[in-house]
Amino acid sequence: MDRKLKELVVENSDTIVHMWLEEVSKSRQTDYTSTISDELFESTNREFVNVIFASVEKQGITTELDDFSERLVNLGWPLSYLTDGLQAFRRVTIDFILSELDQVDSNYFSQVLQAVDKWVDPIINQLVNEYSGSWEHIVSLQRVALQELSAPLIPVMENITVMPLIGTIDTERAKLIMENLLDGVIKHNAEVVLIDITGVPVVDTMVAHHIIQAAEAVRLIGSTCILVGIRPEIAQTIVNLGIDLGKFPTKSSLRKGFQSALELTNRKIVSTKSNHDDDIEKLVDSLDRE
Amino acid sequence: MEFQSCVNINKEWDIVGARQIGRDFARKIGFGTVDQARIATAISELARNIYLYAGTGKICFETIEEIDHKGICIIAIDNGPGIAEISKVMEDGYSTSGGLGAGLPGVKRLMDDFDIVSEQEKGTEIRAVKWVR
Repeated sequence: MDRKLKELVVENSDTIVHMWLEEVSKSRQTDYTSTISDELFESTNREFVNVIFASVEKQGITTELDDFSERLVNLGWPLSYLTDGLQAFRRVTIDFILSELDQVDSNYFSQVLQAVDKWVDPIINQLVNEYSGSWEHIVSLQRVALQELSAPLIPVMENITVMPLIGTIDTERAKLIMENLLDGVIKHNAEVVLIDITGVPVVDTMVAHHIIQAAEAVRLIGSTCILVGIRPEIAQTIVNLGIDLGKFPTKSSLRKGFQSALELTNRKIVSTKSNHDDDIEKLVDSLDRE
Repeated sequence: MEFQSCVNINKEWDIVGARQIGRDFARKIGFGTVDQARIATAISELARNIYLYAGTGKICFETIEEIDHKGICIIAIDNGPGIAEISKVMEDGYSTSGGLGAGLPGVKRLMDDFDIVSEQEKGTEIRAVKWVR
């Protein structure tokens, strides 16, 4: 029974392909593929239908299917193109088989449905697995990349370290910030550490709580923590929330924070160009006056 | 009751999603950057409360238009354990989770109108309104 149906389908593959192409192009106008060029769309369709037939003929997963799905994943074709295409294939094939027969009883009908499902379902499973596998892989890579970026510590100068924070802070990241901060302070022997929150979009009680805890922990190991990069709107929301950040110094910008860090470590920025020209001018001025 | 847009809160990252949608919403209504930050912070607090105490829930946004002024209404709904003593959670510094205890009283100060309904074992609904000035 299954074999007979398969032969019927394979022999009439041209008709089915034709029907399928029509079906797929029909739904094309409105959907996601409208930005793809006609040529590419058609060649992909051809290839797709060949892959489907190869897989139907050989009963199961073929290397063609593997190659095809891998390439489409890399090109970033939408998964819905493939599932829609396979659903269309199921529809046309069943239509075709039923139209070839003179009379259909319900038993035969269900056998046809089962047989076609048996061809199409493994392909769908394979493609969906391939796609979701590649997405999971990308997500895990991005998570690692994000973690690497999440709490950097820069020793800008002897005894002074900066931690620039950009983006949302969640519990996981807050933990990392605390760990990196304390490790870094010990490692770089920092007396002052600046936490820059210019790039943090929202400072709510949770974020503030974590910053306060981190600053307190830094204080316990004998260093000073300065919170810098507090934008005016953030300052207002902190006041509205009633959060007390009075236990450690805060500054509006990294530059100001850096200056007070230098003061705390008994240093200052001095221009290397001497002021001789000024002195001579002053002398000339004073001579003029006399 | 129908809301203009809702965000479900199931994971910690949903808080960020709710915040972004809320901020966009506020910008479209015509709030300035300071009020946008206030609204985003308020949403963050409400969403975090849902995530911490109720587990799941949703944050909805509504535009309010009256004859002479416009505003945004943030509605936080959950089916969590409810709040036993509302007067206590509205006090500064009260927290059952070791936090700062500034969340709900903070939201009240960040927004213009604030209304909380909670029933034990049933859930909590908080409505907070901010008017465009």
